Amino acid sequence: MFRSIRLRVAITMVICLAALVYLAPSLTSDLPALWKQYLPTDKIRLGLDLQGGMHLVLEVDTAKAVETTLVRSANDLKETLMDSRVRFRFLDRLKDAHPTFEFPDVASRDAFDKILKAQYPDLEEASSETVEGKARVALKIKERRAADIRKMAVDQSLETIRNRVDQFGISEPEIIPQGEDRIIVQLPGVKDPARAKGLIGRTALLEFKLVDDEHSVEDALRGNLPEGSMLANESRLDRTTGRRTDIPLLLKSRALLTGDALENARVQIGDRFGEPHVSIKFNAQGAKDFDRITAENVKKRLAIVLDGVVHSAPVIQERISGGQAQITGSFTMEEASDLAIVLRAGALPAPVNILEERTVGPSLGKDSIEMGTWASIIGGILVLLFMVLYYRATGLIADLALCLNMLLLLGTMAAFKATLTLPGIAGIALTIGMAVDANVLINERIREELRLGKTLRAAIEAGYAKAFLTIFDSNVTTLVAALFLFGFGTGPVKGFAVTLTIGIVASMFTAIFVTRIIFDHLVWNRKLDRISI
Amino acid sequence: MELIKSQTNFNFVRVMKPAVILSVAVILIGIASLFWHGGPNYGIDFAGGTLIQIKFDKEPQADKIRDAFRTIGFEGSIIQEFGHNEVIVRTAESGADPAGLTAKVDEALSTAFGKASYEVRRVEMVGPKVGRDLTRKALLAIFFSWIGILIYVGVRFEFRYALGGIVALIHDILITVTFLSLFGKEFDLNIVAALLTIVGYSINDTIVIFDRIRENTRKNVKTPLTELINLSVNQTLSRTILTSFTLFMVLLVLFFMGGAVIHDFTFTLLVGTIAGVYSTVFIASPIVLLFEKIHPTGLIKRKG
Repeated sequence: MFRSIRLRVAITMVICLAALVYLAPSLTSDLPALWKQYLPTDKIRLGLDLQGGMHLVLEVDTAKAVETTLVRSANDLKETLMDSRVRFRFLDRLKDAHPTFEFPDVASRDAFDKILKAQYPDLEEASSETVEGKARVALKIKERRAADIRKMAVDQSLETIRNRVDQFGISEPEIIPQGEDRIIVQLPGVKDPARAKGLIGRTALLEFKLVDDEHSVEDALRGNLPEGSMLANESRLDRTTGRRTDIPLLLKSRALLTGDALENARVQIGDRFGEPHVSIKFNAQGAKDFDRITAENVKKRLAIVLDGVVHSAPVIQERISGGQAQITGSFTMEEASDLAIVLRAGALPAPVNILEERTVGPSLGKDSIEMGTWASIIGGILVLLFMVLYYRATGLIADLALCLNMLLLLGTMAAFKATLTLPGIAGIALTIGMAVDANVLINERIREELRLGKTLRAAIEAGYAKAFLTIFDSNVTTLVAALFLFGFGTGPVKGFAVTLTIGIVASMFTAIFVTRIIFDHLVWNRKLDRISI
Repeated sequence: MELIKSQTNFNFVRVMKPAVILSVAVILIGIASLFWHGGPNYGIDFAGGTLIQIKFDKEPQADKIRDAFRTIGFEGSIIQEFGHNEVIVRTAESGADPAGLTAKVDEALSTAFGKASYEVRRVEMVGPKVGRDLTRKALLAIFFSWIGILIYVGVRFEFRYALGGIVALIHDILITVTFLSLFGKEFDLNIVAALLTIVGYSINDTIVIFDRIRENTRKNVKTPLTELINLSVNQTLSRTILTSFTLFMVLLVLFFMGGAVIHDFTFTLLVGTIAGVYSTVFIASPIVLLFEKIHPTGLIKRKG
């Protein structure tokens, strides 16, 4: 390799200096301004288990997104058929959740086929049968289109959740897709996990629906649901008792307007009770629609439905132009501001389920860091002491290598923006134990060679040459295991693998390359012929 | 200083047979223990469920906690002491409504203990679907790490060495699992990380001896393998003991001072380290010897 000691020292200096530069921001927070301008300022990132925070794995219910599209298309198709005067009967969800149409004669069936093919390219026949001489056709979404919808649902959910989290104000959140339909959300240092979860997991589908006054609610509750109507609960807060009660309401199924038509939403404090409400502003098209809807339905009740629950159902007193409306419903300040956030960020295209949640309080993280760090430092000092005790002067050389190893390990972690987790701290401590191994191997080899009667120079030469292969093979084998750990591991396990991998590579450099420089210097320049080993 | 005299010459090969019998016996105990406990004690990472870590300002009574949790319908919850004035409550439930779960727990605790007297420090909920996923990934990681090692050692040495190494590390894993089961420890992701680390170290340790055997075989082509193995184990003995000792020292400090969260993690590594040293000396080489007897390879043929 490199014979020149000066060159090798220079290489070592450059590498150590680079590690130090990367590590500096993690050690002190007041760096000179000039440093902040030109040199790295990233700190070693702490995992959620160390700094506290929340880790969520969400699953987007993509099947639901496909189903929603199917229902909407089927409803559109129904109207097109009516407009084209095709005779049919709609059998909702007759078979396996496929909307089914029934046709009394061949002519209408043919007309249906034509319309389906020409205007609804996303739909196709799932199955058809003839019942009592009438053709029944069940519909589904084409597989290719369904795949698109599923993908879009995940992409949109990701975007929406990102928006919501950004507005909630959490620094350095991480929101990444995983697999086909999962989203990982990491919120470091989140103060109120329950609130954050509510904000992220809420579908927030806002709909405006007319209240069906023509039919009786009691009748519908008994099971006689009129066609085109649905039941929903209005949640009312009794101001005197503070109790919430659910009042059933009969609504028209069709949503006249949805949250898509919103341009903005913000919290306002009402004049009368000093109670917060959310004031919403429609976009241009939404304002036009709202204007028309209110004009057409004066004296009727318009229900504001959020995720299937009626928040209020005021009577439309007069036509409302200008595109402003209010959502009231006895909110707390927090609830109102969260609602404004989710309305601004938009609805999730499909419901999400929380599959996994890990929340670590900040105090636990602090305890863990303290204990883990102290244990690692004490373990490290014991190893350093032991090496000097056992090998004397040579032990000191090994100790120097060990300290450099720590510097390189931490510096590399900062440079790669690797995350330090609790098992990662254990990994560092283990690296200390293992980095020693290389030096033990070398020193034991040199001892052996000296026993054979070789000169110090020859013994060092042979010791390093022979130990190198051993160290290389044993470390690469460990590296293989660490890489698989990284590839298949999750969360903290991955953090551990990162630390271990960097540690192994760093220890090969310091234990073989760096210590050799010192040995060579002593033997070549200082003409040493004996050393305590 | 010298702990191991340079002229040691223990006849390791002679005690290898009893050593193998001992290992098999311990592993059989482990398997029996696993059956006795009805399989491994899976943590929520693999079984799914909810874990809540609560710190109280004074020593809590387990009964009172249990009662509090019973009021919200957590009948089968397991309550474990965890460090100082802290407990971990585990239930099999993994709610679709986790926000409600935390709120319920909070309510039950504040009625039982008063609002300011406790702090919920950690909540982990793993749904059954994710649990299955994590189990699969963990098993894959272990399996592929074995394949990777098998290939690397097979290429760098010989196939019989690779097999010896793999058997040695399977031995270490089994011994560790035995002790985990005997001490009623829980299997979670951290334990899998620990097991995989043991895989790494065990093979690291074994390779050093194999490397010596390889070197000695080249130097002394005429010497029988039994003698070479004995020689190699003896030559590397001081290194084996030194390295394991330093590693053990660090682990002991972590075990006693590293805090409750990594307690089981370091326990696993401690057991694994001991098993690793033992298998390096007593298990890995006999396997190589065994394969030599079944199928003599090129190196031996060359001498005749």
